[in-house]
Amino acid sequence: MTTKAATHDEAAPIGGRIWTPFTAVLAVLVILLVVVLGVRFVRGIGAVTNLNDGYPWGLWIAWDVVIGSALGASGFTVAFTTYILNRGKYHPIVRPALLTALFGYAMAGASVVFDVGRYWDMWHVFMPRYAQLNSVLFEVAVCIAAYTVVLFIEFLPVVLEKFGMAKAHQKLDKALFFFIAIGVLLPTMHQSSLGSMLIVFGPQIDPIYQTKALPVLFLVSTIGMGLAAVTIEGSVTALALRRPLERELLAKLMKVGQGLTAIFLLVRFTDLAVRGQLPAIFEIRTLTILFWIETALFATPIVLLLGKGGTQPRRFFIAAMSMAIAGILYRLDAYLVAYDTGAGWHYFPSMGELVVTIGLVAAEILGFIIAIRVLPVLPKMGRTRTAPATETH
Amino acid sequence: MSRKLPMLAPQDPIDDLEGVEKRFGMPRRQFLSFCVGVAASIGLSSGAAGAVAKALVAAKRPSVIWLHFQECTGCTESLLRAEHPTLEKLILDIISLDYHETLMAAAGHQAEEARKAAMAANKGKYILVVEGAIPTGANGAFCKIGGKTAIELVKECAADAAAVIAIGSCASWGGMPSTSPNPTGASPVAEILGKPVLTIPGCPPNPYNFLTTVVHYLVLGQLPELDAKGRPKFAYGRLIHENCERRAHFDAGRFAIQFGDDGHRQGWCLYKLGCKGPETYANCPSILFGDVGSGSWPVGCGHPCIGCTEQGVGFTKPIHSLAKLLTVTPPTQFARPAEEQGQGSTLATVATVAAVGGLAIGAGARLAKNIGNHPDAVDEPTAADKPKA
Repeated sequence: MTTKAATHDEAAPIGGRIWTPFTAVLAVLVILLVVVLGVRFVRGIGAVTNLNDGYPWGLWIAWDVVIGSALGASGFTVAFTTYILNRGKYHPIVRPALLTALFGYAMAGASVVFDVGRYWDMWHVFMPRYAQLNSVLFEVAVCIAAYTVVLFIEFLPVVLEKFGMAKAHQKLDKALFFFIAIGVLLPTMHQSSLGSMLIVFGPQIDPIYQTKALPVLFLVSTIGMGLAAVTIEGSVTALALRRPLERELLAKLMKVGQGLTAIFLLVRFTDLAVRGQLPAIFEIRTLTILFWIETALFATPIVLLLGKGGTQPRRFFIAAMSMAIAGILYRLDAYLVAYDTGAGWHYFPSMGELVVTIGLVAAEILGFIIAIRVLPVLPKMGRTRTAPATETH
Repeated sequence: MSRKLPMLAPQDPIDDLEGVEKRFGMPRRQFLSFCVGVAASIGLSSGAAGAVAKALVAAKRPSVIWLHFQECTGCTESLLRAEHPTLEKLILDIISLDYHETLMAAAGHQAEEARKAAMAANKGKYILVVEGAIPTGANGAFCKIGGKTAIELVKECAADAAAVIAIGSCASWGGMPSTSPNPTGASPVAEILGKPVLTIPGCPPNPYNFLTTVVHYLVLGQLPELDAKGRPKFAYGRLIHENCERRAHFDAGRFAIQFGDDGHRQGWCLYKLGCKGPETYANCPSILFGDVGSGSWPVGCGHPCIGCTEQGVGFTKPIHSLAKLLTVTPPTQFARPAEEQGQGSTLATVATVAAVGGLAIGAGARLAKNIGNHPDAVDEPTAADKPKA
């Protein structure tokens, strides 16, 4: 870990105005979120959601928890490639990736609190005497909670740097390898468990999606989504803040992503063939249409990144978008569309659920903007750019 | 039961039963359980079984004159094929069938003599059974027996009969021969006689409805309670629809639409194939046909009821046309097997999702466009890599 400081580009807060029209819009969305949550905690979960006995989970779990944490996989994938494989050149993106992950997981954890009916009993999860060790959900809950803490510890050097606590920083650095190792292990556990959770539902999940390969599919696509999230975040930061684009770095990450999506499609179609479900994907119904949209989105990065042109920013950015949307759609389909708990049950997110989810995304973006302006997250600018203004929002 | 029954005290021995085994060719126990069944089917208490048994073994058997007119003899055929143990023996033994064109050995003048002799000997006591419609066109010339038209015969025989029973739809209301344009002027018995008669409609009628009516007469000395169309209420009191084994499918809106389709194969309701069960009074689903167990009736084996017992339905309405629903009319939309539960999408939520999705895709496209214009996207390394380009 001593090499870390040497290879790490020095980071610094980028400063600048926090309040812009864009952040103001985000703040309004966050205020709406707080209002809806106020109603939810005062009048109960039924007052703001469309959840019912047939669909006891909905958008808050499928999007905020499952997809939110999957996009937050940027943290562990980058930590893995950087620290474990000790490839120092990935360092400039470690901190923003960790920040993205921290927000993703914090929001996922928060969403669970919103979604659990009797949230006041939630501390039971952490009491060994209440533990149900055979439960996938228990594994997910403890693992995500633990990983959020680990993420915070991983990100702690940034905070310590900010407040000039050099001694504490040094001490933490010595122990950090331990947390980084755990920080790589934990997400592989719960990200695959998020797939296993659907196995538990058996025939309530459509045969096209219900497979013993779900943990593998979820884990592989999660890593792809994490890499895509880092690429998108790196590109957007470069554009919006007129900073240098870590072009080679991101292109390499997406090259890994390309391989992962190829593995994903290979596993998925092999599994469908082995289970004799290939004819089912050619039926025409909502789920199969979504399945083919997913497949097309997963295949896009594979095609786009072929050959030397794959390092073109526009190409790998579109590939990253496609990869992220594919992973998002795959999770929405598996968790909500392929999930049928019996005739007659309906679910579509209510306005309240939508406001909370949109508000959480807004909170993440707002938090990220404030963090990079205040904390040493992004690398110090070595060269100044006079790039043409590219207003992106 | 308000009727006065010739009830037997339990200790009262039925002496005559000793000869039962020999006479009917059935064990005494079997005979008695048959009597219990008969008593039950005409709505008498089980105690009346003794009365039934007594009536059946009575030495004096009522004389029966059976006339055939415009018909196919299906009624007689089905009656002969009643398969309860030795029932054909029973029916031939409890009544004295003095004239029956299908069954009697006599022919020609000999047969006519027998009829006249029986009518004279049992004046006012015999039962007249008429099978087939009576042609009235061309002065009845379409059907003559022994030089007499059907009209003359039925009037002559009915004059001194204790009771007149019209068996089958033809005799009851005209049946198939009376189907428009009805060139022979086929008419039911009641119309010829100008008074109501007991009718056992059906094509063929269930033999047990006839047998039970006869036994009722023998036991109680009177005919069973009839409905407005002269049909015994015990057999024709309810719509086929009411006791149909497929009724649950009707109520749930599960219909066979075509012969051989999925619904048809799964035994769904045949209403939409033209089943006339909802407007036809008969006990077919309860007592079935042919004594071979469950499902042995038209609807049971997959064919819609054609309404053969019902005037204006059977042989009148096309088999495929929808029945008039006399009781429950199915709603135009049926409740699904499961209740609709939970809330679906609203215009506002769909619009919000679409707006957010559109915004995301728009922003993504804008970003994709701009990223190509980023200073670092200008190909320094690739320009060196590809000098040819």
